Amino acid sequence: MAQSAEHVLDHFELFRGPEYQQMLANKKKMFENPRDPAEVERVREWSKTAEYREKNFAREALTVNPAKACQPLGAVFASVGFEGTLPFVHGSQGCVAYYRSHLSRHFKEPSSCVSSSMTEDAAVFGGLNNMIDGLANSYNMYKPKMIAVSTTCMAEVIGDDLNAFIKTSKEKGSVPADFDVPFAHTPAFVGSHVTGYDNALKGILEHFWDGKAGTASKPERAPNKKINLIGGFDGYTVGNIREIKRIFELMGIQNTVLADNSDVFDTPTDGEFRMYDGGTTLEDAANAVHAKATISMQQWCTEKTLPFIADHGQEVVAFNYPVGVSATDEFLMALSRISGKDIPEELARERGRLVDAMADSSAHIHGKKFAIYGDPDLCYGLAAFLLELGAEPIHVLATNGNKAWEEKMQALFGSSPFGQNCHAYPGRDLWHMRSLLFTEPVDFLIGNTYGKYLERDTGTPLIRIGFPIFDRHHHHRSPLWGYQGGMNVLVKILDKIFDEIDKKTNIAGKTDYSFDIIR
Amino acid sequence: MSLATTQSTAEIKARNKELIQEVLKVYPEKTAKRRAKHLNVHEIGKSDCGVKSNIKSIPGVMTIRGCAYAGSKGVVWGPIKDMIHISHGPVGCGQYSWGSRRNYYVGTTGIDSFVTLQFTSDFQEKDIVFGGDKKLVKIIDEIQELFPLNNGITIQSECPIGLIGDDIEAVSRAKSKEYEGKTIVPVRCEGFRGVSQSLGHHIANDAVRDWVFDKVTPESKPTFEPTPYDVAIIGDYNIGGDAWSSRILLEEMGLRVIAQWSGDGSLAELEATPRAKLNVLHCYRSMNYISRHMEEKFGIPWCEYNFFGPSKIVESLRKIAGYFDDKIKEGAERVIEKYQPLVDAVIAKYRPRLEGKSVMLFVGGLRPRHVIGAYEDLGMEVVGTGYEFGHNDDYQRTAQHYVKDGTLIYDDVTGYEFERFVEKIQPDLVGSGIKEKYVFQKMGVPFRQMHSWDYSGPYHGYDGFAIFARDMDMAINSPIWKKTKAPWKNVSKPKLMAAE
Repeated sequence: MAQSAEHVLDHFELFRGPEYQQMLANKKKMFENPRDPAEVERVREWSKTAEYREKNFAREALTVNPAKACQPLGAVFASVGFEGTLPFVHGSQGCVAYYRSHLSRHFKEPSSCVSSSMTEDAAVFGGLNNMIDGLANSYNMYKPKMIAVSTTCMAEVIGDDLNAFIKTSKEKGSVPADFDVPFAHTPAFVGSHVTGYDNALKGILEHFWDGKAGTASKPERAPNKKINLIGGFDGYTVGNIREIKRIFELMGIQNTVLADNSDVFDTPTDGEFRMYDGGTTLEDAANAVHAKATISMQQWCTEKTLPFIADHGQEVVAFNYPVGVSATDEFLMALSRISGKDIPEELARERGRLVDAMADSSAHIHGKKFAIYGDPDLCYGLAAFLLELGAEPIHVLATNGNKAWEEKMQALFGSSPFGQNCHAYPGRDLWHMRSLLFTEPVDFLIGNTYGKYLERDTGTPLIRIGFPIFDRHHHHRSPLWGYQGGMNVLVKILDKIFDEIDKKTNIAGKTDYSFDIIR
Repeated sequence: MSLATTQSTAEIKARNKELIQEVLKVYPEKTAKRRAKHLNVHEIGKSDCGVKSNIKSIPGVMTIRGCAYAGSKGVVWGPIKDMIHISHGPVGCGQYSWGSRRNYYVGTTGIDSFVTLQFTSDFQEKDIVFGGDKKLVKIIDEIQELFPLNNGITIQSECPIGLIGDDIEAVSRAKSKEYEGKTIVPVRCEGFRGVSQSLGHHIANDAVRDWVFDKVTPESKPTFEPTPYDVAIIGDYNIGGDAWSSRILLEEMGLRVIAQWSGDGSLAELEATPRAKLNVLHCYRSMNYISRHMEEKFGIPWCEYNFFGPSKIVESLRKIAGYFDDKIKEGAERVIEKYQPLVDAVIAKYRPRLEGKSVMLFVGGLRPRHVIGAYEDLGMEVVGTGYEFGHNDDYQRTAQHYVKDGTLIYDDVTGYEFERFVEKIQPDLVGSGIKEKYVFQKMGVPFRQMHSWDYSGPYHGYDGFAIFARDMDMAINSPIWKKTKAPWKNVSKPKLMAAE
């Protein structure tokens, strides 16, 4: 018996003891009807080959380990970025349990959201009654300032009409007639979580800017000097949005962050549970129509929202998750141009420090090959930064990327001598990536937590950047945007590079020569 | 210091009853009337806890429940390691349930084992419009080509499948025939079915009955020689290795475990189970259905057991041994004796740190009752408990064997109710899920995730008990809880923003 009270063994060690190993071996041999180990080995080797890759890429119907989630998750993420807002998902309740868990596992924070708990009867008769009762219950229990409604695939398949349902609910007194209930249809079988973010954000702006679903007069636009900023679906929203707010402050730019969930996913532990914290005020959301311009940090998260905003008379500018020197330069220069404010010396010094750090370290990154996967904008931002570092983003894969994204990625590769052997893979999944890593190996992989399976299978060291990050803590608190953010990304990459060098040279008596103390 | 030890039972009952009335005040009248049936204070001697259960959740409240898909794919079928489980429908359900339940297994992942892969048909709009059957056919072919060592396939239906009328049974039959009788199991676990994940467990059990047991032929029977001591572990999902720390005890007492359901399970083990002499059932809620079926059809008796905490382990080992001869009965005593020093040492170390501490639970499956004994072994007291998706028979078992007089009972608790109860009762520990964890920690209340063991475990068996005790101690006695209040701020009770 290995277990003891003095030194409690966790599962890591416990099951590696001889008693358990013997038991598991016996279970396998006697009862599992296992495959012949030689056959397992043969198939494993085969799965690494070009032949397998070809079959793998010929897949038309099956998806294995996709790097995307469904629309409603993005809708919930966007909705909580508004003050006192309760996301209300019209559909079956299990979905909401999943969104809440998923967000909590990444941010290590509570995630509040309700559903209309539709079941078989709603599938047959529609979910109107669920909406009527649900809005009344949410309104009474959770005292929100706004309820943002979105859908699941179930509600979409049966064709529930949110506009009509919400109107009817208000007529039945579920919530006051003037209570804000913006909505968006977010079918899970269209697009991904970034589409859901886009739809929900557009739905909320539409509500405030177009006369609250016919219940108020449409506000007359009176342009002011403010700039709106949209972060997009982002696992680093806490660090990133705060960093951008700091930059706005340094530049003296009046601004409105739309869907500001930086505080929502970073509430203090002080004896109080804040179900609602921070968020764009509803007044600011409404007044954002008067802003001079709207900047989106993620083009593919705002494909519908930006044209909607442009139609209301504002300039719109989209970035692709700006990471590094040039991308931040462009972002700041756009801010400066639109606002008429100079870029302060403090930011120029920060820039210089990032350039300094890159110059100090470039010898270790130059020419290194990377694979990246994640959301389309994140992939673009990281790939652009790698090119700037003299590295090669060989495989860049976005399950929720499309043809236009692919073209934009290829154009980026074409713009750099380091991009010549690089390829973008839209619509592919992490099982495709596995084939890529075996047949065209790279030095490092950048992606979310799910990449640890790829790291184990292919031996490609994983640098965790993306969403979700479940198995490392607190990364989301540090920004990736701005020069400071670039510094964080640089350090993450360098740490992994140095860890790998150490791992490969730490055999005492054998590789002492490269086990350096100075680098 | 637990409130329960400073008050009389009558006072506690009065307080709890008042609390229930208080939380109901916030609801609209109709909702209050419905929720009132799910909240109660346990009266000693009653046959159940006096609450309604397994009823549809109320729209617009923050229920903790999941769906039928979560019950089938997420709980029952997902851990069967050598089969490929297709999340059939849009991408989300498979993504959110990917690797999140920590059903430990041993195998070559992606080659002969597939638990931590996410296979999905990733439905697009055209699949909704034209139906997904053709795509499913192709998916099965592609699986056969790319994952040739899979031993079977299941199709886990997401919401749209039932709504658009896909015939996944016909596809399964046709493809099974094409692939020489390969086990292909359609599971109608669409998320909108039933009121919680519970129906998904039942549907999954029925699928085992219809698509695995009914297919077992003499040639596909297992190759091992039966012994009088063959048992199957039913309803252990091997969270953090739970089934292993249970299995080792059964084997040490002389039994032979021929199958494990479903944590670290395989198709061969499912098929072999009807040859067991006894099914030992841990999670009654999720797998009583298939156990009853085996009793009726194959005459295999089943017995519930509880491997949380030494008192219940001892009781359970003797109960299981009672189905066998003296050799096994002696074996049980030998096991109990062997582990007694470990138990004594664990209790000696941790009980002084935990004595008198109070706990509130809200979990699924068997845990709202089964873990109570383990807490009591450590001198702790469970002052409130409830089930996410329990049925009346769960509440009967709870009332008759586990809870004390005056315990607060809350079925399908809403986020609002749970927060209020905890705020007022001020337990020393809350045990619930990831969605609840950070809410209570923000309030300064120590918390352990009691679905996933907060990424620790195992908690079953003697080896698990040591980890359980250590974890409860680290949660409650972490120095961090003394720091939640800034020293310059007045000490005040935690309060809720939500409903003020």
